[in-house]
Amino acid sequence: MLKKLNDIHFKVIVFIFCAVIGLLITASLLSLVTHTTLQALVDSVLTEEIQFAIRMSLATSLSSTALCIIFSVPAAYALTRYDFRGRNIINAILELPLALPPVVSGLALLVLFGTTGFGKALADIGIKFVFTPQGIIMAQFFVIFPFMYRVMKSTFQGINPRYEYVAKTLGCNEFETFRRVTLPMSRNGLIAGAIIAWCRGMGEFGAALMLAGATRLKTETLPSALYLNMTSGDLTLAIAAATILIVIAFVALFIFEKASGTARVF
Amino acid sequence: MIKIENVSKDMGEFYLKNISLDIEKGEYLMILGPTGAGKTILLETIAGIYTPDNGSIYLNGRDITRLPPRRRNIGMVYQDFTLFPHLNVEKNIRFGLTYSTIPEKETGERVAMLTDLLDISHLLHRYPGTLSGGEQQRVAIARALIIQPEVLLLDEPLSALDSETRGKLRDELRKIHSLTRTTVIHVTHSFNEAFLLGNKMAIMNKGEIIQFGEPGEVFRKPNSKFTADFLGVGNLFRGTATLGKGLCSIAVNGLTFLSASQISGQVYVSVRPEDILVSVKPIESSARNSFQGAITDISDLGAVVRISVDIQGVPFIAALTRRSFFDMDLEINKQVFLTFKAIDVHAF
Repeated sequence: MLKKLNDIHFKVIVFIFCAVIGLLITASLLSLVTHTTLQALVDSVLTEEIQFAIRMSLATSLSSTALCIIFSVPAAYALTRYDFRGRNIINAILELPLALPPVVSGLALLVLFGTTGFGKALADIGIKFVFTPQGIIMAQFFVIFPFMYRVMKSTFQGINPRYEYVAKTLGCNEFETFRRVTLPMSRNGLIAGAIIAWCRGMGEFGAALMLAGATRLKTETLPSALYLNMTSGDLTLAIAAATILIVIAFVALFIFEKASGTARVF
Repeated sequence: MIKIENVSKDMGEFYLKNISLDIEKGEYLMILGPTGAGKTILLETIAGIYTPDNGSIYLNGRDITRLPPRRRNIGMVYQDFTLFPHLNVEKNIRFGLTYSTIPEKETGERVAMLTDLLDISHLLHRYPGTLSGGEQQRVAIARALIIQPEVLLLDEPLSALDSETRGKLRDELRKIHSLTRTTVIHVTHSFNEAFLLGNKMAIMNKGEIIQFGEPGEVFRKPNSKFTADFLGVGNLFRGTATLGKGLCSIAVNGLTFLSASQISGQVYVSVRPEDILVSVKPIESSARNSFQGAITDISDLGAVVRISVDIQGVPFIAALTRRSFFDMDLEINKQVFLTFKAIDVHAF
């Protein structure tokens, strides 16, 4: 019977799967944002708590994204361009947080910074991660790093090393080659990676909850605001936080597609 | 000028084994070899991308074996152009002079001279992605030449181009070489390119230089079965062609060949051994070339037998099937007739 499946039927079937999942996503998001009235939504967004959460989320996620760029670019470059012993192991370690549940990452960070001598030494010189906004940045960084790292790795892998060889014959040392050739050629990958990292950072909850907690008006990001108001029964505020996150996701996805899909005509 | 001594490099899949080459200033060396022979790594090792495991490289008497590429003043052009996509043509060409102390005025003059020479002056503000393959390769050549390199390395520079563009650019490479007298090392697998451009030739296989010499000599006297098989031409001669009606006649050491090629002047002529018909008696056919000579050598290659025949001092190789070889009862010193069509006489 399957053998007789003709082309039209095949097309119809694959599109049915596509439609079902598409409808599920659209329906759930629409029902969420239309659950309250527009007026209630606007009022909620203007409350001090949500305003605080927006600022906290933006500040922490932008910081963690910046850290992410600073670390992932050299790390990805090292792992794609140089051959050394233990390369595969290091690569696996760098990608590990991708597979770990964020709460596990958060707990591990909490134990490291909260209970070990290393963490205490850092705290003594004023670098505190436990139950602080810095903790949110650290938690987000830990979780989003592998996303950007992977994007950068595939970006660098996609650049033929011959471009770098030519640059070297034309007077560049390793750093100049990187700055003048590799990095500009990685522009789209860099934008796409940063967007995806930032997007994940905005939504990061589990790891931040473990390390920084979710203290109202102290370490309250948009996802924590959602969670706190959900548990205290204020559905309208929770939905306001969720709506903002949805809007951000749409914008980010749009930019991501632009950067990664429509690469400049090279 | 550039001297390579016993250079070895093991890169796993590709490797170089005791490569030695000595190239004079202004020479145009063609390196021919099959895919995987290690031609590209040889160029990249000369450029300084890889440090050899053993051996030394000298440039003008100076040991450059461990010098980074940027201090060697060696230009490189790849098959796939590798123009920097984020820079326009002018910035690509100027790239190599960014850190130099050459005054802007001279940089400008060099750009103007090279873009004129390569006929790309009108493309200066374009980005590489908008150029055709031929245009991109011209820009890549200009980019390599702007540093006035001691040696220009070309890694199959014409292979990615269509045949018309390839012919044009090949002529321009020759023009550039005769104008600048830059020493060139050009890797190719094209027999024609090697002949039309090179004044030295090296045959490479499995990481080794099998034969090195003047192109004509390498073709006439292959030193190994590999070279002979790889070049695939048993009969290659230098001659003078005169255009006639429909056909041209080519004088080679007292013999006259009729060829369907439309060409005149000093040429190379080749006749593939398998295009030659061997017979013990003269045969009546429409083929325009028939000569008599004595067999000087016989080599049994299994399915085919190759015989060498001396025709008035010109050595010919003909290939025939095992079957016809035995049918004709051929042996050394036996007189045979070699017959081939004008269309099988390739002159270039």
